[in-house]
Amino acid sequence: MIGLEHYLTVAATLFVIGIFGLFLNRKNVIILLMSIELMLLAVNINFVAFSSFLGDLVGQVYTLFVLTVAAAEAAIGLAILVCFFRNRGTIAVEDVNVMKG
Amino acid sequence: MEITILFAPLIGALVAGFGWKIIGEAAAQWITTGLLFLAAALSWVVFLTFDGPTEQIQILRFIESGTLSTDWSIRLDRITAIMLIVVTTVSALVHLYSFGYMAHDENFGEDGKYKARFFAYLSFFTFAMLMLVTSDNLVQMFFGWEGVGVASYLLIGFYYRKPSANAAAIKAFVVNRVGDFGFALGIFALFMMTDSIRFDDIFAAAPDLADQTISFLWTDWNAANLIAFLLFIGAMGKSAQLFLHTWLPDAMEGPTPVSALIHAATMVTAGVFLVSRMSPLMEYAPEAMMFVTVIGATTAFFAATVGLVQTDIKRVIAYSTCSQLGYMFVAVGVGMYSAAMFHLFTHAFFKAMLFLGAGSVIHAMHHEQDMNNYGGLRKKIPYTFWAMMIGTLAITGVGIPLTYYGFAGFLSKDAIIESAWAGGSMYGFWLLVVAAAMTSFYSWRLMFMTFYGTPRGNKHTHEHAHESPWTMLVPLGVLALGAIFAGMLWIKPFFGDYKYVAAFYDIPLAEVAADGDTHSDGAEVSHGAAKGDDKGGESHDAFGGQPGEGALYFRPDNTVLGDAHAAPKWVKLSPFIAMVFGFIMAVWFYIWNPTLPGRLAANQQPLYQFLLNKWYFDEIYDVIFVRPIKALGRFLWKRGDGKVIDGTLNGIAMGIIPFFTRLAGKAQSGYIFTYAFAMVIGIAVLITWMTMTGGSK
Repeated sequence: MIGLEHYLTVAATLFVIGIFGLFLNRKNVIILLMSIELMLLAVNINFVAFSSFLGDLVGQVYTLFVLTVAAAEAAIGLAILVCFFRNRGTIAVEDVNVMKG
Repeated sequence: MEITILFAPLIGALVAGFGWKIIGEAAAQWITTGLLFLAAALSWVVFLTFDGPTEQIQILRFIESGTLSTDWSIRLDRITAIMLIVVTTVSALVHLYSFGYMAHDENFGEDGKYKARFFAYLSFFTFAMLMLVTSDNLVQMFFGWEGVGVASYLLIGFYYRKPSANAAAIKAFVVNRVGDFGFALGIFALFMMTDSIRFDDIFAAAPDLADQTISFLWTDWNAANLIAFLLFIGAMGKSAQLFLHTWLPDAMEGPTPVSALIHAATMVTAGVFLVSRMSPLMEYAPEAMMFVTVIGATTAFFAATVGLVQTDIKRVIAYSTCSQLGYMFVAVGVGMYSAAMFHLFTHAFFKAMLFLGAGSVIHAMHHEQDMNNYGGLRKKIPYTFWAMMIGTLAITGVGIPLTYYGFAGFLSKDAIIESAWAGGSMYGFWLLVVAAAMTSFYSWRLMFMTFYGTPRGNKHTHEHAHESPWTMLVPLGVLALGAIFAGMLWIKPFFGDYKYVAAFYDIPLAEVAADGDTHSDGAEVSHGAAKGDDKGGESHDAFGGQPGEGALYFRPDNTVLGDAHAAPKWVKLSPFIAMVFGFIMAVWFYIWNPTLPGRLAANQQPLYQFLLNKWYFDEIYDVIFVRPIKALGRFLWKRGDGKVIDGTLNGIAMGIIPFFTRLAGKAQSGYIFTYAFAMVIGIAVLITWMTMTGGSK
């Protein structure tokens, strides 16, 4: 029987993969965006799992909101990325250190 | 009138000091001098019309703080009146003298503006000195005491371009601080014991102090003795007594009028004045008085020995001053305050005159001060010569023995020597007699080296030696009158029979003894000769009254005055014999056989060097105090300030903070994922912490 803990385990796994994708990756900004998507989806899985487990639909409604926000974020992120590439000619993460103190 | 005397010099100082750019230098000089002459004239009026009882003239409320409550007021009694005329007269004459003396000064170049400043300082000094002598409480006196210290500092260092003058000024100031520390402690102790700083209260409490003890430096002391001792430390500093005398010879770096005013006639006698003023307390402090006597006698002897071999004309007179101050302290030490005031009074005239005369010689010789380069000036500067001659006759004590006819110093110095004998201080008596011989020797030596013999030194200078202008000669003449007549005119009130002295100082006489023996009441004042046989008799008059009732206080058992008059003839003759001996020695050494001093110095080389180097006091102090303190200062400067304080600041600012900055800077990689990582770690830690500790609980 697949219980709540299995869902949570999958979600946690996905979330950690997303985190590691975020800061082990040194090459490509697109992978950063993908990692963020991955973390958002992991959260969504949690929402849905708890919603189903508790019999409360509000969690699934929230999931739809999160998906919307994630789509908007991906669109804006990609737009920034295009601008960035036009300006700098590269999207390698290692070159993005303008904020260095 | 007293307030005018007090504030006229202050107004002069302020106008000349701050306003000379508006009114001009000449006007500043005339204003200060005019105000001083006004003050001097009024002082003489006060002195001659003053008839006894102590007056207090309030100027303003001074301190109101808890139990400390006192006025700022003038205490006008006899010794204040004496000091008023001494200070204002000498100061007025010195102002006048400075017109000539300071007319040209190579220290300031052609267009140097220094005269107004000089006169302002002189007037300021006079004001501070008047503040000191008119004070009605100890804090007011301390104000004047420090005021004259500042003025002395400013005037010694007047030639501020000369490093030696600056060094001398600092030395004078620092050495005086040592004494002032004792004085301040004495004031504190008096306030602690009597709960007041007013003289009236202190004098009234003096007999009680003798029975009380005070804890100081982990030891219990007799209160009266300790306080008297501490106050005397202050007097030692100001009056250049042994151990604290080193500043006075160096103070001769100042212009000569300053030496005459401050370092001969007025400021250095402030210590004698202080001890005389505190006579009600001193009378109850026999051990402290013994200390005063010993220090005074030793100083008189020491300074006279050093004066024998100095060749700088001003230094000879400076050591002479030091020595004469020792005489005054012996007089107060044996309890004969009026004799001390007498010598203070006469000394002011003849010593100021000697200094001004020396200034006139220096002026004539184009600022040459070494007596080895003088000689044969008698014909070149006759007025100065005669003035100096009168001064020398006065200081050596020329007069007709066993009478009251003689120059000022004859009467006052003999009075002190007889008092020392009568006071039972054989140490003081013999040292003073020996010092009197040496005084005579070095004073005549100065005369002979300067005015007699053949001209030595620069021939050109000698040919151009010229008599000084009238502004310098008039003060000499006036002071000469004082040096001749001051002693003869005032011997009775200062050192006559009990009734004269008592009337002068407004001291009540004790009740006549029960047997009604009053013969000494009517005895002629004849230097005690009439009473020579009944020495130690019980029929002496004595002073009575309570402490603080008159200007001076003598305990009823203080019979020094009567004993001094009853002294044997050989005691009365001894200073005269010493004087003649010193004179003959000087004639022998410098007129009959001028090569003798050089040969004697060569024969007695160690002794000569010992005296020439002033008993090596400066060298000893250099080793004991100056160098360790300099070393300590250097240590604190290099190690304490340089290494520790600067090191700490630099270490923090240049070491530790940049280290952390670099550390923090490394965290600011600029990579977004680093920040994200930090956030995640933060959240993980936060959540872990909340889970473990229960969060909101």
